[in-house]
Amino acid sequence: MAHEASALQLVLSADPALMAIVWLSLMISMAAVALATLIGLPVGAAVALTRFPGREAVIVTLNALMGLPPVVVGLAVYLLLSRSGPLGSWGLLFTPKAMVIAQTILVAPIIAALARQTIEDLWVEYRDELAALNVGPFRRVATLIWDARFSLITVLLAGFGRAAAEVGAIIVVGGNIEGFTRTMTTAIALETSKGDLPLAMGLGIVLITIVILVNALAWTARRAGERFAG
Amino acid sequence: MRMLAFDLPIVLHDISVFARNVAILDRVQLDLMPGAPTVVIGPNGAGKTTLLRVAMGLVAPAGGQVTWGGRSGVPPARRAIVFQRPVMLRRSAAANIEYALSSAGVARREWPARVEELLSIVGLSGLGARPARRLSGGEQQRLALARALARDPEVLFLDEPTASLDPAATKAIEDVIRAVAARNIKVVMSTHDLGEARRLAGEIVLMHRGRVLESTPVAQFFESPKSQEARRFIAGDLLV
Repeated sequence: MAHEASALQLVLSADPALMAIVWLSLMISMAAVALATLIGLPVGAAVALTRFPGREAVIVTLNALMGLPPVVVGLAVYLLLSRSGPLGSWGLLFTPKAMVIAQTILVAPIIAALARQTIEDLWVEYRDELAALNVGPFRRVATLIWDARFSLITVLLAGFGRAAAEVGAIIVVGGNIEGFTRTMTTAIALETSKGDLPLAMGLGIVLITIVILVNALAWTARRAGERFAG
Repeated sequence: MRMLAFDLPIVLHDISVFARNVAILDRVQLDLMPGAPTVVIGPNGAGKTTLLRVAMGLVAPAGGQVTWGGRSGVPPARRAIVFQRPVMLRRSAAANIEYALSSAGVARREWPARVEELLSIVGLSGLGARPARRLSGGEQQRLALARALARDPEVLFLDEPTASLDPAATKAIEDVIRAVAARNIKVVMSTHDLGEARRLAGEIVLMHRGRVLESTPVAQFFESPKSQEARRFIAGDLLV
């Protein structure tokens, strides 16, 4: 019980070290989701709305990439960014930027694959109406993304969930440097191995609370949107 | 103000459409002329929906040629269609109409007045702010009509517009169709309902197994049908 009490005290007292870790974690995950959305949403929409040779292989690949092992992604990004790697001159290894890159690679396929399915389902429904209204290709994409917006929020949440909970990739490319690249998940892993269970548990409580809060907010937004927009 | 590019007459010349080697339309010959509504009747699977889609320009025939006002390959700028189960865009009723106005190139400043006018024509005044998907089936069908009319069409295709509606909703739709026809918009609609065909049609097209069996003025069709199938259909026999 002593561990739990100490953990709660850390959270409730807004311990500065803990808050810095939480803040960095959120920034990295949100930046990764934003970048992954910029990449994944157009890719998903393009695959959903176009027909080309090998399309089914692309869909299978996108779906398979949702299960990318984080440690492998971390290793690949590490090799890319390490001093002797092709992008070593950028000097990004063991920085938050490297962590954002790794998480973007993990999250983009999730957003692309789920957005592809969502947009394609809506396209089947809308195809005749949009053709009858003589709507051009760019407006079709915009219409489908707009009308699927509530479902796409859930897609983004799935991406955020993956990023927020991920530890394998960012610990490899970030190095878990205190005050610089230490996030909630990497800190939990480290503190647990060191035996500092109160801090690990405190971070765990915050992480779960954030995930629940983000999902609750998205759920509320979705319900309100459906109520007012149909 | 109507543009002067006419889509009428629509001429279907020897049209065939196949699905998995089965003829959905089999060498169909049909002229759709300006005037009173043309009502396409026939049993399920006769090819009514496909005929409307070909005439609208949504389905390319495997054989034959369609011309609109003597031209082929005319985009559906002056034609509109309401499907049997119209899809409501996930936005308000008014926004559904605005979307159609926008895609038809109507200037934004004209939208409020046009939306009010179109909602009024279809009897949905006051429901503009309502989410379209929360309207009743009959209201959604009328909103789909308003959305089609937003394109200021010369020809309006309606695919079984009253199927699965109750008598009150059916009457509301039929009233709108009469009002539309009175505005010199050519209505081409399909129906199973012979009573509805009699109430609305100027011309009847009877289809069976992908072929047009008769294309005659409504009075002639009901008083002196030419084909055996037409006599059986009018008598209420099942055409299979």
